[in-house]
Amino acid sequence: MIRAVLAAAILWVGTLPGLASERIVLGLSQDEVAITATFDGSSLLIFGAVSREAPIPSDGRLEVIITVTGPLGPLDVRRKERQFGIWVNADSVWLSEAPSFYAVASTGPLKDILSPVEDLRHGITLGQVINTVGARESVQDVENFTAALRRIRESEGLYQINEGSVALDQQTLFRTSIELPSNLVEGSYQTRIFLLRNRDVVDIFTTGIPVRKVGMERWLYTTANTQPVLYGLMSLVIAIAAGWGASALFRLLQR
Amino acid sequence: MQIYLPIAEVAVNALLLLGLGGLVGLLSGLFGVGGGFLMTPLLFFVGIPPAVAVATGANQIVASSFSAVLAHLRRKTVDFRMGGVLLAGGLVGAGLGVQVFAALKARGQVDLLVTLFYVVFLGAVGGLMFWESLRSMRRARNPGGPVSKRKRHNWIHALPLKMKFRTSGMYISVIPPVLIGAGVGILSAIMGVGGGFIMVPAMIYLLGMPTKVVIGTSLFQIIFVTAFATLMHAITTQSVDVVLAVLLILGGVIGAQIGSRMGTNLKAEQLRILLASLVLLVCGKLALDLLLEPSELYSLEVAQ
Repeated sequence: MIRAVLAAAILWVGTLPGLASERIVLGLSQDEVAITATFDGSSLLIFGAVSREAPIPSDGRLEVIITVTGPLGPLDVRRKERQFGIWVNADSVWLSEAPSFYAVASTGPLKDILSPVEDLRHGITLGQVINTVGARESVQDVENFTAALRRIRESEGLYQINEGSVALDQQTLFRTSIELPSNLVEGSYQTRIFLLRNRDVVDIFTTGIPVRKVGMERWLYTTANTQPVLYGLMSLVIAIAAGWGASALFRLLQR
Repeated sequence: MQIYLPIAEVAVNALLLLGLGGLVGLLSGLFGVGGGFLMTPLLFFVGIPPAVAVATGANQIVASSFSAVLAHLRRKTVDFRMGGVLLAGGLVGAGLGVQVFAALKARGQVDLLVTLFYVVFLGAVGGLMFWESLRSMRRARNPGGPVSKRKRHNWIHALPLKMKFRTSGMYISVIPPVLIGAGVGILSAIMGVGGGFIMVPAMIYLLGMPTKVVIGTSLFQIIFVTAFATLMHAITTQSVDVVLAVLLILGGVIGAQIGSRMGTNLKAEQLRILLASLVLLVCGKLALDLLLEPSELYSLEVAQ
């Protein structure tokens, strides 16, 4: 835990020097998410405090937004259509950068605490995050495809909008918990914390949480990708050994 | 008990996978089929990505066929020469099938292709088997009825490039077995199956091989074709999940032993009717998926 806070302190990014009279100090329940053989999702606790050198400003309430973004990657969204009586994939839209995971948690409804300009600048709501710029499309209704992406990933727990799930005490201590599902993509999960007053961002804190396979999972995954021939042969040897072993065992039992 | 599969990248209940392996193993012990045609769709249903299901299915069939062929080797019911000829065609077919699979995957039509193949082949094989068993049951009930006689000589015996197959007691051209092998090879690469359910009837009805060597020879050939397919999938798409394969194999081995004991207490016709109904059931479910409007019209695929 101390390590996480220290790392957070080193990674601290003050992007708004003029406004930073209120600053974020962050803690995380874990400084990495390890995918083991028994990994079944995880709950990430994000908490922190607001440090000040002056009394609490009286203009407007303090609000907090926390986002966690998984690795970005290209994605095909396809739509089925009835052709010759059967349902087949017809139109598709190719998105260059869709997040594999995205969670946003806040102290209140995003439309009340965040101005559209700040949303555009920092890319906070899902509408901003799912970028259709550079999308290769052959269809007129791209918005139906991005809506489908949101719907499908939300139902899998990969996209989460938890308005009001950040608890803020005494305008100083904040905490939230984000549920990570089991079907996570490996990589660095960028965590951003925004402090807002009057719908404007007053401070940002950014850190990355590595999500990686460990132990046997790591070894198998690396071998499969870097030495596919060896991995393929190993799979065959294991299969044949298991098949032969089982047959021998049952013959022994039958005697 | 959840277990995280390193290649499929999903967490699935390990007992569920053992159970699936066991169920398919039970059926293969009961009916003497590989069960790949059931395994692959079942893996789709539990949320394994299609590419991983097909590739890992092939790996699991290597194990079950190897285990089964040992029994046939002891009984000397494997025609190695015929197996070799079928295999030559099979490897060409599997190589071709993997290419077709990759080309259609790029166009987003691989699911459709796989489903259509399943519907057509399961429908045809299931229907024929059902009809055959009904007829033989009727015949058994009123003996003295017409008995159809299998033709031993047909146009196949007029082709060139003849070869002697001593174990099968045949002297025929190598062209038909090579073509059959290639056809089944294509199927096994695209459907993630061993192809025994096509191979066995083709060997009996088209080549006229004696029934006692058919299963062993088909299994012998399937080991190599599925091993080749596993290797190809491992190299081109890195989609073989060895943890998934081991769980399925363990379940399958136990199921197969139970199945083969149960099988001895049932009549052959009843078994075949059961198997045919099962095949038609899977076929019907897949056909409905194509015909009915899906509840979610959109699908996602991570692009390369």
